[in-house]
Amino acid sequence: MPRTDFGPPHYMEMLPPVIKRNYGRWKYHEILRPGVLKHVAESGEEIYSIRVGSPRLVSTDFIREVCDLADKYCDGYVRFTSRHNIEFLVTKKENIEPLIQEVKAKGWPVGGTGNCLSNMVHTQGWIHCHTPATDASGIVKAVMDELYEYFVEEKLPAKLRISLACCLNMCGAVHCSDIAILGVHRTPPRVDHELLAKVSEIPTVVASCPTGAIRPNPKLKSVEVNEERCMYCGNCFTMSPAMQIMDPENDGVSIWVGGKVSNARTAPMFSRLAIPYLPNNPPRWPEVVEAVKKLVEVWATHARKGERMGEWIERIGWETFFKLADIPFTDKHIDDFIFSVPTFRTTTQFRW
Amino acid sequence: MANAQTPRVDELEKGPWPSFVKEIKRAAEKHPSAGDLLRQLDLSYAEKIGHWKHGGIVGVKGYGGGVIGRYSDKPEEFPHVKEFHTMRINQPSGWFYTTEALRKLCDIWDKYGSGLTNFHGSTGDIILLGTTTGNLQPCFDELSDAGFDLGGSGGGLRTPSACVGPARCEFSCIDTLDVCHSLTLEFQDFLHRPQWPYKFKIKVSGCANDCVASIARADFAIIGTWKGAIQIDQAAVADYADAGLNIQEEVVEKCPTGALAWDGEKKELKLKAEDCVRCMHCINKMPKALRPGEQRGATLLVGGKATILKSAFLGWVIVPFMELKPPYTELKDLLRRIFDWWDENGKNRERIGELIYRVGMRTFLKAVGLPPVPQMVFRPRANPYVFWWPEEVKRNA
Repeated sequence: MPRTDFGPPHYMEMLPPVIKRNYGRWKYHEILRPGVLKHVAESGEEIYSIRVGSPRLVSTDFIREVCDLADKYCDGYVRFTSRHNIEFLVTKKENIEPLIQEVKAKGWPVGGTGNCLSNMVHTQGWIHCHTPATDASGIVKAVMDELYEYFVEEKLPAKLRISLACCLNMCGAVHCSDIAILGVHRTPPRVDHELLAKVSEIPTVVASCPTGAIRPNPKLKSVEVNEERCMYCGNCFTMSPAMQIMDPENDGVSIWVGGKVSNARTAPMFSRLAIPYLPNNPPRWPEVVEAVKKLVEVWATHARKGERMGEWIERIGWETFFKLADIPFTDKHIDDFIFSVPTFRTTTQFRW
Repeated sequence: MANAQTPRVDELEKGPWPSFVKEIKRAAEKHPSAGDLLRQLDLSYAEKIGHWKHGGIVGVKGYGGGVIGRYSDKPEEFPHVKEFHTMRINQPSGWFYTTEALRKLCDIWDKYGSGLTNFHGSTGDIILLGTTTGNLQPCFDELSDAGFDLGGSGGGLRTPSACVGPARCEFSCIDTLDVCHSLTLEFQDFLHRPQWPYKFKIKVSGCANDCVASIARADFAIIGTWKGAIQIDQAAVADYADAGLNIQEEVVEKCPTGALAWDGEKKELKLKAEDCVRCMHCINKMPKALRPGEQRGATLLVGGKATILKSAFLGWVIVPFMELKPPYTELKDLLRRIFDWWDENGKNRERIGELIYRVGMRTFLKAVGLPPVPQMVFRPRANPYVFWWPEEVKRNA
């Protein structure tokens, strides 16, 4: 019997000696150039972090390559960031340049710091999920290819966080991103009555629906869906395989803008709907890539220095945003679920 | 031959950003399952639909979670991904590693799995992507010998995560790595044997920049903060001004409460400490010159979550300030009271935030013994439907 319940490795075992020596006693940092951070401790000791973009879905051989570089330049230590980047931790200044050259030779991008686009937080998509409305890794690759320059060069008004979740379950919790790409279903679940009777408890399936659109069908020992009330969240499908929600004709992608999690300047904000639907068009999702690029460019053109996308939009007003971004405003943009009321305008103040 | 079989996904080998398709092909050189994964993905690209069956419960001895069962719905076509389960491995706090530990993980995963990983999953775990039911136990046995434990899944505590914190950030007001590690060890039973209405996420950020997005993504967010005035080194402020930073425009005018003033002649930054809301903006702009105040602790928020089911919530402040010193007894006791109340009152698949929304914040606060304070709300209620507790009014005979 193996050991159980011993928890993760203790973080102290994983820290480079320079970090152990200066733990909790860092004084300040500077961004030397995109992807290169310098932290200075009270003791005067320095550590350089080289931030490298990764596809997140990587092979063991990729990790070994990372280890080879960390052994050569970082005394055998490396870390990852909350947005799937790799950070090589260098103590000898003379190691920075050769490390970056080797990283670049492998085709890995150095960047993602300061007013750059960071790596995209994302989910599994068709690679490994059972409820997705779209793929994840493919769109991320296509978007990052197109926006590559913004990762490796610092030329945006503020930091830019783009995230992707392949359905409303939002394993990627994208709902507070500058730009969120969210897979959406658009048709009610198709009930497989025979299967449902066999594998699911009817009260559980009925209770799973946030709009009360599911009611029992005792005759069939199954359920039926009031299609007018269904908002395609897929929660019933998570509860029962007999409520198939995936629909290749109608599933696709929505785009949300203006969210942030940081409290800096303005309070954290949700991302809000910009584009309700774009088709799944693998392998490169050209409509999605173009829409995201346009959003980045319209923000970069109009925002003031230091303004996150949501801060810019709140300053100019959403009505101006839709005009500048050239995005049609539709009934889909007006909330009709339980927290809709505070989003309705209750003042005569607005822009033309 | 793989090239001829996956024309659609092969397109994603091109372009400047590192390619996950190349990674899958590298793994496929050693692991037939990675090859079948890519072929199945190519079929998904052709048909615009996923090809994984719904759910499936698998696991390892002694644990109720940490493994996600996954089965192909085209097992005849792609026999090597007939079973393709994920193992979630609890990452060390802050995602620091020795190469020795990483190489050990890689060797074990090459022996038992597909050779494919996520560094990391969006909750923070190391994701080992794809193995068979039969390989789960021997794989875990070796991981356990190597010092790696399972992370969370299902209706229980999910793997807590923390920002880089005091390990490499001068902003951190709390020891995020230690808080995260200590809570993980304390509540392992809830992590490894899911027993709650739904998932519960804990994330620890060292300051209000919130680099682990705890306010958006964690049912319980711990965010470092301070009391007292920001510490200012006026000489260093002057250095920033001399180096070309427009302190008036980029710092003072961005202060959300107008707590800062800049005297350009004297090169002096003035702070009205009582107006500062600790947003971090000025400190972010001038880390050499400004530091958080000296009395450090954390703000605690509850209820953050993504959309499913009743809409997304940002975390709500329930404790404006708590000092966090090991062994974090006050924090752990509060968490235990929250877990108990939610476990007792939550419906199936009801997150803690949704339960609070359903029964009212006052009920939650009373149940877990927290005093109501104005920091909990932006503004007090406008609606006059005020509930009174029975003991607060005289009963009519």
